[in-house]
Amino acid sequence: MTRSLRPLLATTLIFLFAYALAVSQQPAMLSTRVLGNFLTDNAFLGIAAVGMTFVILSGGIDLSVGAVIGFTTVLVAVLIMWLELHPLLAFAIALIVATAFGAIMGAAIHYLKVPSFIVTLAGMFLARGGASVLSPDSIGIEHPFFTAVQKSYILLPGGGRLTVVGIIMLIVFACAILLAHRTRFGSNVYALGGSETSAALMGVPVARTTISIYALSGFLAGLAGVVFSLYTSAGYSLNALGVELDAIAAVVIGGTLLTGGYGFVAGTFIGVMLQGLVQTYIVFDGTLSSWWTKIVVGVLLFMFILLQRLVFRAGPRRT
Amino acid sequence: MTEPKPVLEARGIVKIFGQHRALDTVDFTANAGEVHALLGENGAGKSTLIKILTGAYQPDGGELLLDGQPITLRDPLHGQTYGIGTVYQEVNLLPNRSVAENLFLGRQPTRFGMVDRKRIDAAAKDLLSRYGLDIDVRAELSEYSVAVQQIVAIARAVELSGKVLVLDEPTASLDRNEVQRLFDVVRGLKAKGLAIIFITHFLDQVFDLADRVTILRNGRKVASQPLNTLNTTDVVRMMLGKDVAFDHHPTALSGGPKGQVRVAFQNLSRKGLTPFDLSVHEGEVVGVAGLLGSGRTEVARLMFGVDGSDTGQITVDGQPVTIRNPAQAVAAGFGFCPEDRKLDGIFGDLSVRENIIIALQAKLGWFKALNREDQVELAGRYAEALDIRAADHDMPVKLLSGGNQQKVILARWLAIDPTFLILDEPTRGIDVGAHAEIVRTINRLREEGLALFVISSELDEVVAYSNRIVVMRDREMVAELDGDTIAPDAIVQAIAGTAKEARP
Repeated sequence: MTRSLRPLLATTLIFLFAYALAVSQQPAMLSTRVLGNFLTDNAFLGIAAVGMTFVILSGGIDLSVGAVIGFTTVLVAVLIMWLELHPLLAFAIALIVATAFGAIMGAAIHYLKVPSFIVTLAGMFLARGGASVLSPDSIGIEHPFFTAVQKSYILLPGGGRLTVVGIIMLIVFACAILLAHRTRFGSNVYALGGSETSAALMGVPVARTTISIYALSGFLAGLAGVVFSLYTSAGYSLNALGVELDAIAAVVIGGTLLTGGYGFVAGTFIGVMLQGLVQTYIVFDGTLSSWWTKIVVGVLLFMFILLQRLVFRAGPRRT
Repeated sequence: MTEPKPVLEARGIVKIFGQHRALDTVDFTANAGEVHALLGENGAGKSTLIKILTGAYQPDGGELLLDGQPITLRDPLHGQTYGIGTVYQEVNLLPNRSVAENLFLGRQPTRFGMVDRKRIDAAAKDLLSRYGLDIDVRAELSEYSVAVQQIVAIARAVELSGKVLVLDEPTASLDRNEVQRLFDVVRGLKAKGLAIIFITHFLDQVFDLADRVTILRNGRKVASQPLNTLNTTDVVRMMLGKDVAFDHHPTALSGGPKGQVRVAFQNLSRKGLTPFDLSVHEGEVVGVAGLLGSGRTEVARLMFGVDGSDTGQITVDGQPVTIRNPAQAVAAGFGFCPEDRKLDGIFGDLSVRENIIIALQAKLGWFKALNREDQVELAGRYAEALDIRAADHDMPVKLLSGGNQQKVILARWLAIDPTFLILDEPTRGIDVGAHAEIVRTINRLREEGLALFVISSELDEVVAYSNRIVVMRDREMVAELDGDTIAPDAIVQAIAGTAKEARP
């Protein structure tokens, strides 16, 4: 087994253990209803975290994710409610805007040789500011299409509901797994995370790959925004505050090395689910403050960073 | 031997960096089925020439010919398409990806847009078996030793290019068996007719593997000839540059009365460095001669506490001192002018004045700031004493010439009133005119009673200022020359010693 699989294995085991522990305390949590809600409630975070996974695998970071989600919800609401566009057209426009925004950040990172941290920090302020300029107030979205989508679901055995946004997230994860592990683009992302100098010497198109990575992250943040607007039926400039940090946490808990090069998209899924599990448990318990989620996530993050240190410190073991 | 067939030729290559001619009309020819060693000390122009041959740099003059056709290389990737592959000392592959992916990145076979992993793994296994490697190609590259990684890198380079293989110090971090394994691979490629360019600073390896050698010195080609016409002493002599006309060792230095022992090192050692004893007297310069990689710089770093020692004691004026880090060394009155002045020596953006007072300030501690008048006075005094030519002591030190920068670092240490100064290659990267000035300064410091330890690959300079010369080879002090025995020829013999024995 390659050693980069070990953090993923650890995450999976911890998730299963935590779930078993939660069920032993709250037996009602073992049902497809809870699982269905897991997927629905965390869909936007999961989608954004997929984009973040690619960025972190390549050795970068994208702080603009939460702001782009917020901006997208406002843009979608404005296009539907003020300009009276059909939601699908509004979604398409929002996705194009978000993708272009990511691509521009990627180009700035590559051509201006500015750290991704700084560029996407600027992007975060721009997107958040832009959203507030569009509309400082929350805009409620009322449209037959929205109602229809929100009411659609696949009934799971046991009464659970797999909603449209949950399905979108699952599809995104499935596509992303193929993209990361089975395409040349995926290889190039890992190559950049391993060593940009080596990657360039080995013929990886560094510029194109970097721009594509941030465009992908922008696109997925936009999609997360669309999902968020479907989820809440509103556009608000302060939506999804700090979600980029939750996404980073999900990626790292999912076993991806924060310095890039090692990790799995599937791990991010478990990372998101683990955060969702903690939240759901707190809801079920009813006596705990929801801030305990943050504390548990903090402890988990710390554990995983330690674990990665241990796993990756070992030198060559074969000859 | 049949008539050699030139594959890659460089004619009259010139490369200029700023004012400095890094390469001055250098010719170089790599023949098919031949291992061509490229030798030279640091700064001789080896790496510049290699970068031009592989396309990383563009020459300012001269031309490159491949199979007789002139070519222009934009970058190493472009060079690769012409058949010129390079393997560096630091393996330039992806440690985080599988061996197979490292071999096929950028040209993975795909099916329906998806990478066909099975085919890659099978092809990689097949490819490596031709290099005598039977390993799990799905494992991450970093799980294997550097030697295996080097062979993987060679396999990739040969696969992608296949005419010329440049090996840039590939053996620097390998042990003896691994080196032999690598050499077997290289011999196999040579038999297949590849032109191989081999850069190293291990002379015995050159004699082991290479057919032909080109020696560079100060950006010029000194010689290019078949190795079987040469012996180690010839090679060392050509690398260090002087044939017969060495400067005379000033008799005033030899046998002169020595002062008291200022600094003594007993049984000092560190992993990879043979323990040594050395004492330096008041008013004495101990010179260190040896090739690059012989352990010269390691000794200096050990003395100054940059690297911790495993064994040994240090005494200053008879008192034992503990030196585990540079701050303790400074407290004991040591000063160190490192080899790479730009990287480890100067603070480029700080002013001349700040660069001069910084060691003294560090020695005084946080709470005793030198006021501005004192700073100006100190900087002025040492700038005058050492003849530092700067328009203004408030200008950034990076704007000064190499020689003046070196003097600023000297001034920095003189300001703490040192007992013992370590100078590592004080004249490197300084234009030839300023060499004499640095040598004069060293001589003057000795006369003023300082104890100095000076490392240099410039034989005539070491001879000109040393009372005693320690010769290093293979990370060991192998000879000490004193008084009348100090002569360039004796030094060359001592340096060449082991390499000659190791010659098959």
